[in-house]
Amino acid sequence: MTATPATREGHGTVTRNGPLPGAFSGPDAASGPDAVSAPDAASGSDGTYDIAVIGAGVVGTAIARELARHRLRIALVDAAPDVGDGTSKANTAILHTGFDATPGTLEARLVREGHRRLTAYAAECGIPVETVGALLVAWDQEQLAALPALAAKAEANGYDAAHLLDADALYAREPHLGPGALGALAVPDESIICPFTTPLAYATQAVRAGVDLHLNAPVSAISSAPGAEQGRHTLHTARGPLHARWLVNAAGLHADTVDRMLGRSTFTVTPRRGQLVVFDKPARAFVRHILLPVPTALGKGVLVAPTVFGNVLLGPTAEDLDDKTATTSTAQGLAALRAQGARILPELLDEEVTAVYAGLRAATEEDDYRIDTWPEQRYVTVGGIRSTGLTASLALAAHVTGLLAEAGLDLGAPRALPAVRMPNLGERFPRPYQDAACIAEDPAYGQIVCHCERVTRGEIRDALDSTVPPAALEGLRRRTRARGGRCQGFHCGPTLRDLLERELAGRSGELKESRPW
Amino acid sequence: MTDGTTRDGDHARDDSARADAPAARRARTVDVLVIGAGPAGLTAAAELAAADCGTVEVLEREQHTGGIPRHCAHGGFGTPWTSGPRYATGLLRAAERAGAVVRTSVTATDLDATRTVDVTGPDGLERITARAVVLATGARERPRSARLVPGTRPAGIWTTGELQQAVHLYGQHIGSRAVVVGAEPVGYTALDTLRRAGVTVVAQVTEAPAAQVPPLRAADSRLRHGVPLLTHTTVTEILGRGRLTGIRVRHDDGRTTQLPCDTLVFTGDFVPEPELARAAGIPLDRATRGPRVDTEFRTAAPGIFAAGNVLRGAEPATTAAAEGRAAAAAVRRRLAHEGDGTHDLSTRGPALTVTAPLRWITPGRLAEDVRPADGPPFLVRTAEPRPAGAFLVVTQDGRTLHRERVRGPLRTGTSVPLPSHWTRLVDHAGGTVQVAWEGRGVG
Repeated sequence: MTATPATREGHGTVTRNGPLPGAFSGPDAASGPDAVSAPDAASGSDGTYDIAVIGAGVVGTAIARELARHRLRIALVDAAPDVGDGTSKANTAILHTGFDATPGTLEARLVREGHRRLTAYAAECGIPVETVGALLVAWDQEQLAALPALAAKAEANGYDAAHLLDADALYAREPHLGPGALGALAVPDESIICPFTTPLAYATQAVRAGVDLHLNAPVSAISSAPGAEQGRHTLHTARGPLHARWLVNAAGLHADTVDRMLGRSTFTVTPRRGQLVVFDKPARAFVRHILLPVPTALGKGVLVAPTVFGNVLLGPTAEDLDDKTATTSTAQGLAALRAQGARILPELLDEEVTAVYAGLRAATEEDDYRIDTWPEQRYVTVGGIRSTGLTASLALAAHVTGLLAEAGLDLGAPRALPAVRMPNLGERFPRPYQDAACIAEDPAYGQIVCHCERVTRGEIRDALDSTVPPAALEGLRRRTRARGGRCQGFHCGPTLRDLLERELAGRSGELKESRPW
Repeated sequence: MTDGTTRDGDHARDDSARADAPAARRARTVDVLVIGAGPAGLTAAAELAAADCGTVEVLEREQHTGGIPRHCAHGGFGTPWTSGPRYATGLLRAAERAGAVVRTSVTATDLDATRTVDVTGPDGLERITARAVVLATGARERPRSARLVPGTRPAGIWTTGELQQAVHLYGQHIGSRAVVVGAEPVGYTALDTLRRAGVTVVAQVTEAPAAQVPPLRAADSRLRHGVPLLTHTTVTEILGRGRLTGIRVRHDDGRTTQLPCDTLVFTGDFVPEPELARAAGIPLDRATRGPRVDTEFRTAAPGIFAAGNVLRGAEPATTAAAEGRAAAAAVRRRLAHEGDGTHDLSTRGPALTVTAPLRWITPGRLAEDVRPADGPPFLVRTAEPRPAGAFLVVTQDGRTLHRERVRGPLRTGTSVPLPSHWTRLVDHAGGTVQVAWEGRGVG
């Protein structure tokens, strides 16, 4: 089992291959593969977890973290090789106030509460957040006329700092804005956040508090033994069975599929694709706020937003699709984005593009979250978490934990979670390459490996050594920014691959003394 | 981090550009600071150190000096011809023998217009102020994302530079079936590298109407190595999850096909690395995307020079080295006139521009005070291929200053040298100097 790092007292494990602990609890337990260590103490003597969370995106990791406050044996299971590998890695990275949610919905409440909780959590854990504020820019009379109603909606949502700006005030705030804007609604508390660090922080804290994280384990079927008392669910995964008494479905795009595995079909997920273009760092000088479109009957436009990495984001498109794997960018989508970007911020298009990506939002037929509890099945489903999951994640986790308790899960007394401090990936906060004291202590922080993003050898090492280490270059990028810049690996790619491959070889015991540090 | 959030949407980004306390940086001064230890930087440093210009220091952010030649295992570098790594070693020896201090694994992270450079290295943070700075930060190939090629984001997609490092410096596993995008010289270099790595090349595709290399080279690849060249062809989609499985391509005539492959190399489309110049507020040339310089290799910031591939993308190493040598001569003139301001005239001479199909000319401005007669020729690059037997025509305010037959065809990945002797005819008080291409039979 590639549990890394070596299990420490109270720590959960992170596994990416080998049979899951459930393989040892059935009749075949005695003849289980010899090469694999015995089931972890964390999963109980009979290999059954108290609860399994399916889906290690931003919502699933948040739920696992919240549950980890309690003395429960918890498994967090995902089909992907890394946490936050689906919708959570490809969104607009905005920490919303919820000013424009539909008042009275569960989403409105959880976004509002999640904004407050995540803002505090980010400060505590070192997740980069910049409260740059948003401007909803009106480009025609219809959009201008819609602004007062949006301001009223914000108030109905308990947000009273939104205010209208005339064209002069707007251009004073955004001098590089394209010509023709008529006014704006300012929402000063909208923020940008690191979408990668957030689920990693949750997962790190959860694992350190005892949660077992099992990756590369797509669930193909679920069988459930009857009886509320002794009954348990068996998740049939590509890595063998995993048993748990309670289940939380946080499978995002696949939440409806998992729901059906449990005999429920309360909703259907329609993936809504959003293509996005990331512009190089010099573009950051052209925009100060998140520039949001004004939603009208004619549809929603695209946004231009700074990122915490110092880039500028343009997008997303909104395309309803059938294919839950269609994270492909298209020529039409990119052309449409560039045309809209040229109007919003003409200078943007002269800058180099560093990345293009597409994410799928887990939309359902309803305009709200779909959270349902089935106490007799010991099951909670968390569906329809559309584009607000990042913001709402901590509030969702608390809400779901409450539902589980109401449904009969014995939580026991909560305890404090071990504190985590995540490596800073934010451009506006000190990074190791700028930190003399840090370099004096360890010269590896003075040796820049990824030049475009200024990532040092020390940070690469820390990521490879972390509680939830990366399995591939993409995961290393989400933990460090390495290879995420304008050159996309022209300069640093082979060096990073070398460091990662040595580490992976070391983990599997092939090259013990392979690391160059 | 003390707080975890900032709240200043209405403040300029500059606020935090130099947020670190100056005391945390060791402040030093040198006479000449060269940034980048490739052919241009090392040659400039060798010349300056040999000319007794005081302390000459070179900063290289990579672990090894040499720039791009260090991972070009093929021959064709320098005079007499040698391999890239040997050429790179020779450049380093020459610079060190002349007395230049060459440092590796140190990165210039910021530059201002008063020639102060912030540096990060394993020994800590420095703030180095120089009497003259030479930017020789080189170029990179545009990766897939910057080319806006649609599709999925699988592993197995490379640029030539990354591929060469992986094969020649690290011996990494590449794949089994490759497609190479681009038919300029660097595309053929990628074919050689793939072959050496044991990868079968399925096809080479280019949007151009023909190979942009001499006919013999193109024929060798096609016939001896059996690599089909698909011209007029665009990559329209990348396929595969996790690992690349193929690409879709479209011919100009509308035909489309799918090429199965696990490796895709985007070659050419070089762009400069001018981030430090931008940090110092130095204007860039719109056409080359590198810092705008005059024939003295002076940027708009007094005492800051630029030479080599940072000016416009990749040229042969010897071309970059020649520019480094010329920039060194200009640095010496600057140091001799330091303080009297007479050498800070980079924005005063007439500008040079090109007309279609030409893409750019570099340097893009004539020095008002120094004749470029002894310097390297101008370089002219075309946006589209053109047949041999045409002329480059230089005019100013309707007056023809020079007319020169271009020996070979114009190719997109290769520049045409334009000698500078005609510059004595330029009216320095006159308008923009225009360089145009004239087809056969015209005039």
